[in-house]
Amino acid sequence: MDDTNTDVIQGTLDMLILKTLSLQPLHGFGIARRIEQISRAVFKVNPGSLLTALRRLERAGSLDAEWRQTANSRRAKYYMLTRAGRKQLESETSDWSRRTAAVARLLNAEG
Amino acid sequence: MSLWRQLTRGLRTLTHRAAADQDDADEVQHYFDQAAASHMARGLSSGDARRAARHGAGNLTTVREAVRGYGWENAIDTVLGDVRYALRRLRGSPGFTITTVLTLAVGIGATTAIFGAVNPILFEALPYPEPGRLVMLSDHDGAGARIDVTFGTYRELVMRSRSFTALAVAKPWQPTITGRVEPERPDGQRVSASYFRVLGAVPLLGRDFDPADDRPQGSNVVIVSDGFWRRRFGGDRDIIGRQITLDGDGYTVIGVMPPGFASVLAPAAELWSLLQYDASLPSFQDPARHDSREWGHHLTMVGRLLSAASVDRATRDVAQIARTTVPEFVRPEWASLTGGLIVHPLQQDVTSIVKPSLLAMAGAVLLVLMIACVNVTNLLLARAAQRRGELAMRAALGAGRSRIVRQLLTESVLLAAIGGALGLVVAELGVRTLVALSPPELPRAGAIRIDGAVLAFAVGVTTLVGLVVGLLPALYGIRSDLHSGLRRTSPPAGGGQRAARGILVVAEVALALVLLVSAGLLLRSLERLVAVPPGFDASGLLTMQVQVSGRQYDDGNARYRFVAKALDAVRQVPGVASAAFTSQLPLSGDVDGYGVRLEANRRGDDAGDGSALRYAVSPNYVQAMGVRLRRGRLLDEHDAAGHPVAVVVSESFARRNFPGADPIGQRLRFGPDTSWETIVGVVGDVKQTSLATGETDAVYVTTSQWLWVDARLSLVVRATGDPAAVISAVKAAIWSVDKDLPIVQVTTMNALVARSAAGRRFALAVFEAFGFVALALAAIGLYGVVSGSVTERLREIGVRTALGASPSDILGAVLRQGMTFTALGVVIGLLGATVASRAIATLLFDVSPLDPISYAGVVAVLISVSAIACWVPARRAAGGDPLIALRTD
Repeated sequence: MDDTNTDVIQGTLDMLILKTLSLQPLHGFGIARRIEQISRAVFKVNPGSLLTALRRLERAGSLDAEWRQTANSRRAKYYMLTRAGRKQLESETSDWSRRTAAVARLLNAEG
Repeated sequence: MSLWRQLTRGLRTLTHRAAADQDDADEVQHYFDQAAASHMARGLSSGDARRAARHGAGNLTTVREAVRGYGWENAIDTVLGDVRYALRRLRGSPGFTITTVLTLAVGIGATTAIFGAVNPILFEALPYPEPGRLVMLSDHDGAGARIDVTFGTYRELVMRSRSFTALAVAKPWQPTITGRVEPERPDGQRVSASYFRVLGAVPLLGRDFDPADDRPQGSNVVIVSDGFWRRRFGGDRDIIGRQITLDGDGYTVIGVMPPGFASVLAPAAELWSLLQYDASLPSFQDPARHDSREWGHHLTMVGRLLSAASVDRATRDVAQIARTTVPEFVRPEWASLTGGLIVHPLQQDVTSIVKPSLLAMAGAVLLVLMIACVNVTNLLLARAAQRRGELAMRAALGAGRSRIVRQLLTESVLLAAIGGALGLVVAELGVRTLVALSPPELPRAGAIRIDGAVLAFAVGVTTLVGLVVGLLPALYGIRSDLHSGLRRTSPPAGGGQRAARGILVVAEVALALVLLVSAGLLLRSLERLVAVPPGFDASGLLTMQVQVSGRQYDDGNARYRFVAKALDAVRQVPGVASAAFTSQLPLSGDVDGYGVRLEANRRGDDAGDGSALRYAVSPNYVQAMGVRLRRGRLLDEHDAAGHPVAVVVSESFARRNFPGADPIGQRLRFGPDTSWETIVGVVGDVKQTSLATGETDAVYVTTSQWLWVDARLSLVVRATGDPAAVISAVKAAIWSVDKDLPIVQVTTMNALVARSAAGRRFALAVFEAFGFVALALAAIGLYGVVSGSVTERLREIGVRTALGASPSDILGAVLRQGMTFTALGVVIGLLGATVASRAIATLLFDVSPLDPISYAGVVAVLISVSAIACWVPARRAAGGDPLIALRTD
């Protein structure tokens, strides 16, 4: 196994989850797979952190959860964004852009 | 909104635990299945896919635990689970649990009880508004000791000082109340009108004193305590304005103090009336009239500082006044204030006598608590050693270190909590015992109780103890090596842990030694103290106080006639060898001194020659008390009014004032008496204030040659047999002269002598109890460690026995191990004891803090007890069958 760091950047997991769920409700593994795919495997999500983050967001009111029957008639817990979650995503996204822009400016600064 | 969601969902999880767990498990399982499915979709076989999923995600159980552990409800759930588990484990080993809980109950209970006593007395502010501004003011006598102030000094300070919002004076008062109910002689105070204003207290019913009444021939008014009002008047609210009879005079009740009012300056006081001294003090201008009561040193002065004034500023202020005399305030020589005045914060003043002994008790109880903690830590360590297999198993099954530490700490905190709860019972009993045993000089004993502050303290101590005793075992619990823990043949305790237990036992022995040495020193002090000759023969002496009160005794001659008749009557009682009256009785709490001026010592200045205690007595008092005559003659019937005044002085008075000269025939002036008095005899020194304080100068004069006859007189009766047997006959004899006089404080002189040592006896009782507990705990600790080590070494002992070691070899080896701990503990403890004994030096009497007998005795006791504690397990080791020992593993 190579040493490439696939950890999610500290403090961004919530935002990534919210963003992923803003497109459609998904279950836990679905979210993990979507993050991995879209990030082109730069980020791999650890299930322990993901599921706890989902609990936290659900408790905070950013997400709602619902048990659904899957195709092979098993139970799966699907998460969806609430209105509060959408607001949180907006503010986190703009905050993130502001900060990455600042970091980019610093890294590109001459001298 | 989100908080609500937190609460409701958390509660739902708590109430539907199984369903919630199932949901978590399903979700995690679903995640894994999906992960495996996605690997299979990429072409892996079913088994490989599952392995890959597991590799990518980690242990299924760990993930489930992480998810399950989210949320506040899980913290509660874990704690409850831990508590349930701990309870189950504690029930499983009742011997361990009972020992631990009892040890902690004693430790926490004793600490709580002592805190309950120390807190209100030393640390809580006095129960008055802004108590920090209250100060006591006192005068110096010639020898530098603190004495009460005169009314003249009080008036001068009132007029001249600039540091106080108000000053007040008070003196003790014990009026006899007569009326429809039976007569009673309550304690009270005569005070200046400003008294309650200074303290910051106001009557709940009625009004405070009016300064206009505080003058000679002012109205007789009285304020009563809540307790007195309820007891005597049934809490009748119409009491205000009613007349009551005190000492034969009518007094109008003008106020009732609130129930919470604590009379700190006179704890027993229930009645307050006005001093009614002459504030205009004509005698200021007329030294010939300085013999009035306004110039006696008999008043307690208390002041309330201006908010801006500090104690220092007030001290400077009154020092300045004392130094400079002004023509308006001419001072007699005994109140010349040349020694300056003393200003002390009231809080400090009230507690100064008992502070050393209370602090010593607090220190002692902390030692007891420490020993209890060490003992319990040791027991927990031993237990942790036995559970190494269990802990290793749990760690192997995925329990994190913090989880194991939390489990172990839960157990110790639970033990502490049970111990603490039981400790509250111990504390309640302890507080009651303390109050019951408390010496009379303990101020505010009524404030000693288990209240909110004490409860909070107990809870705090319990929590702290639970964490402290659990910490070391918990650390060893997680440090133990998994593999060796799981192997059954390994020795059950690591070397480090065994060393820790050894160190703890050494500490325990050392702490116990420190306590025992302190107790030993106090015991020796008390022995020395009660062996001090009081200067009189206490055996067979009966004493009582008679108060001549009422209008008919306003005349001194009437009082004198009563004294003479009463003595005659008492002497007729069968079983009475002799009887005498005195104005103050040794060791009874009376202290009445006056300034002395020697004729031989004419320096021309106004300074006196120190002070001496005044004994105005019936002529045979010295013989009746059994005080030894050293030189000259005793007072007799011829020393009566109309004859030249003759006095007898104490040995130390003669030695100090006439070194190398013959005191007989020397003349002196005493107190307000302006005539010269001739010394006719010298008698032995008598302990007046306490057995412990040094000799005090004394002057004896007959009542008939003194300026007045005191209203409060002590009768001393020497019985031929048991003094208690003549009590009722003696009382009847006095009442045959006047049936209305109250007779109080009936006691034997032996009881007064014993009471004089009560403070030290109290401290000793506490230290003895603590010392005994410490010794027992140390012995239990030592036994536990040696016994544990024998159990651990059974195999080794078996091998050694099989190889030919005799039982006595084994016995010796085990004893040696145990006694090494003891020896180390003794050495360290001795060092500690030399420090600790210096801290209690003020409680010692005539015993060096390094008294070799105390130290040697305590070391001997400790070593003997240790030897017994080690011998029991050593016998077991020596008597064991080697084959059984070898087969155990």
